[in-house]
Amino acid sequence: MTSFFAQNKSVAWFLLALALLVLLVTVLAPATGTGFLSTSFVKTLGKTLCLMLVAVAMDVVWGYTGILSLGHMAFFGLGGYMIGMWLMYARTELIIAESLRNAPIPPTPEEIHDAIGQQIFGVVGSADFPWLWGFAHSFPLQLAMVVLVPGILALVFGWLAFRSRVTGVYLSILTQAMTLALSLYLFQNEAGLRGNNGLSGLQNLPGLDAVPQATISIWFFWGSAAALGLGYLLFAWVVSGKMGSVIRGIRDNENRVRFLGYHVESYKLFIFTLTGIVSGLAGALYYPQAGIINPAEIAPIASIYLAVWVAIGGRGRLYGAALGAAVVSLLSSWFTGGGAPNVNLGFYTINWTDWWLVLLGLSFVAVTLLAPKGIGGIFDLFTRHHPVPERVGDFGPDMGAHRTVEGEEEK
Amino acid sequence: MKTLLELSGVSVSFDGFKAINNLSFRIGEPELRAIIGPNGAGKTTFMDIITGKTRPDEGRVLWGEKSVSLLKMSESQIARSGVGRKFQKPTVFEAQTVRENLAMALKNKRGPFDVLFYNKTRAGAERIEEIAAEIGLTDQLGRVSGELSHGQKQWLEIGMLLAQDPRLLLVDEPAAGMTPAEREHTTDLLRRAAQKHAVVVVEHDMEFVRRLDCKVTVLCEGSVLAEGSLDHVTANQDVIDVYLGR
Repeated sequence: MTSFFAQNKSVAWFLLALALLVLLVTVLAPATGTGFLSTSFVKTLGKTLCLMLVAVAMDVVWGYTGILSLGHMAFFGLGGYMIGMWLMYARTELIIAESLRNAPIPPTPEEIHDAIGQQIFGVVGSADFPWLWGFAHSFPLQLAMVVLVPGILALVFGWLAFRSRVTGVYLSILTQAMTLALSLYLFQNEAGLRGNNGLSGLQNLPGLDAVPQATISIWFFWGSAAALGLGYLLFAWVVSGKMGSVIRGIRDNENRVRFLGYHVESYKLFIFTLTGIVSGLAGALYYPQAGIINPAEIAPIASIYLAVWVAIGGRGRLYGAALGAAVVSLLSSWFTGGGAPNVNLGFYTINWTDWWLVLLGLSFVAVTLLAPKGIGGIFDLFTRHHPVPERVGDFGPDMGAHRTVEGEEEK
Repeated sequence: MKTLLELSGVSVSFDGFKAINNLSFRIGEPELRAIIGPNGAGKTTFMDIITGKTRPDEGRVLWGEKSVSLLKMSESQIARSGVGRKFQKPTVFEAQTVRENLAMALKNKRGPFDVLFYNKTRAGAERIEEIAAEIGLTDQLGRVSGELSHGQKQWLEIGMLLAQDPRLLLVDEPAAGMTPAEREHTTDLLRRAAQKHAVVVVEHDMEFVRRLDCKVTVLCEGSVLAEGSLDHVTANQDVIDVYLGR
């Protein structure tokens, strides 16, 4: 274990930085400290930590294994839906129980169940629970769904795609199709997840009405920080050592890896599924902080943003991806939330809520062309240590590459 | 000497061009065999068929004591069953160190979970040191292999082949880009490997083949033109016509 940290110094630094952030936010949060930060900002920070976790997962898939998945936010969203189902069910159950308490005849369990269905699905003109909600009454079962549903989707999709040897841009298109299909399916009321209304009120934890949101926000912040720390450790362990060696080999030359006797498809499937599961867990922590989830959250654009974060942060290094997600998503909420002052050019006023996407697009192009190492590359200036060389081609011929005519003695 | 690999009646064509035409070939274990032939004779396609990269249109490829067909196996299964290959153009993982390259090739279990929970062993480290000494890269173990010279990459790839400990070594132009001293070392190495294993060397360089001092198969237009000692095949009029006479 000590040798793991010795060989991966960035892991210890990352965890230290995360711990300091947690300490700082705890001291400044309204529930536990001075209240310098607002509750909504604590929530934003907590959500950002979840996005950082899914970005780290994306980096393992893309930066290390070379699979440009443009569908990982589907797993993130599914994780959110799975936890959201329990949150909505359990809280509605409490409300119903409360309102029926003073009824002259005590309600039967069926009546309560029907009333919950009425309450949740009234908005889509239905009152029956779809089969999908069969586990929603139980927290442990639904928590298992958080892992199983994204995991099984990733496993089945990955198995079909990888065994057909779909690679490169075709695989990216396929993953886009997956997330688009899922989001279109969920938009339908018949899908049983309240169509375009999505699941809402997720910020209210069942049975904790007395606890102010300020306290809940710092709980979730801690939870998200712990998840990010553990997820980072997990992935740092996966990409170090021999596993990391094999998956980077797959990224650079998967045929060569095959001829060494490694079953490349199994490795891709393993990485794809593992990152899918972690993305689902990140989503399960994110959406209770966001309060609402609807099918638009798993639209193809969400997964493209994820790739942009990782690219801007720096592919092939976990802390780069985490930083990219943090910087871009925080900047994004600053610009689109009206935080950035409009720029008056005299003849035209730049309204950042409109122009932010243009700025993001330009910075994506600029990073790709000018600084392919991304934000993470800044750290190389201090350490001069290159965790993953960015270039895999020849470094140029030297004397050893000199070739005489075959069979001829060298003069 | 028992037969390790046998190809019979193998044909493969690409867009109507017959790259391999009714080829039959067998090699025992241990044996050293050189394959020569003009450009486009199908030498690389021959290796592609054995390693599973190319599926033949017809014919049989049988492997080992149980004569299992390689045609139903995937590339990685074939490699795991003991076929190692060195490519013509050195293909090492250039973003990784020499040690990582060798460690990846080292004979071990190849499943994802075996690899994930793999612990470095003293035996493995010693084996890597041993191979590095053999290929003259002991001082370069920590270097990123993309920085190596062309010749060193050739050596690294030979080292990876040795690390796999295969029963059949398919070696495509091992001496390209090497100095005469290195060529001699390569010959030694291949001949030593051929004391226990089956080794197939594809080579253009006649001097190199002469030094290997082994049975030679001449390929031409996708089938075997002649087979025997180097002196025997170079005396063959057909061989002189298509290959040596030019």
